[in-house]
Amino acid sequence: MPGNSQELVVRKIERGTVIDHIPVGQALNVIKILGVGGEKHTVAVVMNVASKKYGRKDIVKVEGKELSTVEVNRIALVAPEATINVIQDYKVVRKNRVKLPERIQGIVRCTNPSCITNKPREPVTPTFRVLSRSPLLLLCEYCGSRISQEDVVKQYAG
Amino acid sequence: MFKGRDVLSILDFSTSDLERLFRKASTIRPGNVLKGKILATAFFEPSTRTRLSFETAILKLGGSVIGVGGEEATSLAKGENLADTVRMLDAYADVIVIRHPLEGAAKLAAEVAEVPVINGGDGKQHHPTQAMVDLYTIRKEVGRIEGLRVAAVGDLRYGRAATSFLYGICKFGVEKLFLVSPSPLRPREEVLEFLKASGVEYELTSDLEKVMGEVEVLYITRIQKERFPDPSEFEKVRGSYRLTPELVEKMKEGAIILHPLPKVEEIDLRVDESRHARYFQQATYAVPVRMALLSLLLGGR
Repeated sequence: MPGNSQELVVRKIERGTVIDHIPVGQALNVIKILGVGGEKHTVAVVMNVASKKYGRKDIVKVEGKELSTVEVNRIALVAPEATINVIQDYKVVRKNRVKLPERIQGIVRCTNPSCITNKPREPVTPTFRVLSRSPLLLLCEYCGSRISQEDVVKQYAG
Repeated sequence: MFKGRDVLSILDFSTSDLERLFRKASTIRPGNVLKGKILATAFFEPSTRTRLSFETAILKLGGSVIGVGGEEATSLAKGENLADTVRMLDAYADVIVIRHPLEGAAKLAAEVAEVPVINGGDGKQHHPTQAMVDLYTIRKEVGRIEGLRVAAVGDLRYGRAATSFLYGICKFGVEKLFLVSPSPLRPREEVLEFLKASGVEYELTSDLEKVMGEVEVLYITRIQKERFPDPSEFEKVRGSYRLTPELVEKMKEGAIILHPLPKVEEIDLRVDESRHARYFQQATYAVPVRMALLSLLLGGR
């Protein structure tokens, strides 16, 4: 049963990152996108707990890892409202909201094999317009293909 | 405004842009307004009408042509990328027409080049100047586009001419669109989404006979064999529709048949003689429309 206090579910981490306000069901996708599901990182996943802001939410805690800006932007692809808390000495030293921009450049590949952005050795960066944030839907500015959240998660899962 | 503009998609052109182009096309005459201007053609896929009508258009206006003919004949065969090839054409010419098998190639070319880039077809995506010719043909042969009932028949999935035609004709407030194709060749999701958003009434069907008597314009296209990811998929739909004299008999008086050409099996040769057939006329209009476009882009009068 989900508790009211998160501390009851998972202990505090000494140093690392807490990704809060993840939509329910997206925690595992956040882990895939960050590539922290392997043996290198200690990860705590809290799923479907009560949230003052959103009703229910997921939380991911990654021990010993501070996220770069690029990684934070990636999280926005599946968790557009997430909060990133950087933890040192068991305390939050920095708090950032992720932001999914209206255009996304470089962090997602187009799924259309005959899109010019998939041609090697051309000076072109995959660029997408965000049609919908939740669930994510992207439009390739080069070939017009639509990329779903599932497509995006697959790219990071490999 | 047209001057200096890239022509990548018909979606980038408003109805007033297109009206201006059509007015220019109906009055333009051969002359020397583009004397000294050089058109570069970079065709990385076969073409007859698009390349030759662009060449004819610039020559009739007093300009000249340079061309890249296929990958084998150029440094692309030596491994040069598209962007570098376009950079050179940009340095040599005043306008570039590009056709390429990959979607988005023309957009990349436009980003690299300073001079205007015209998309002569990028993969299955866009063929804006064909749509301009198609709409102009309807305007000339039927007299109006607004309020018409129109059928698009054939490969609506992989056909860039068909896709650009649908995008273009939606701008003019047609009464109804019939999208006639075997189900594997229905328009792509993004095209259907566009039609929905544009508010045009449309119907998906595979029954060509049923729509013959319904429409003022029938736009038929070839199955784009070269774009099928899997050849066995092509074999499944091959010959699935064919316009015969018997079907054409059912058309309304004054209704016209268009085809962006080349045509193969989808039109019975006897249909060429029909009073409804306008596809050769359509190919003829390609010259004045492209003359008008070049003249507007390059700022000639």
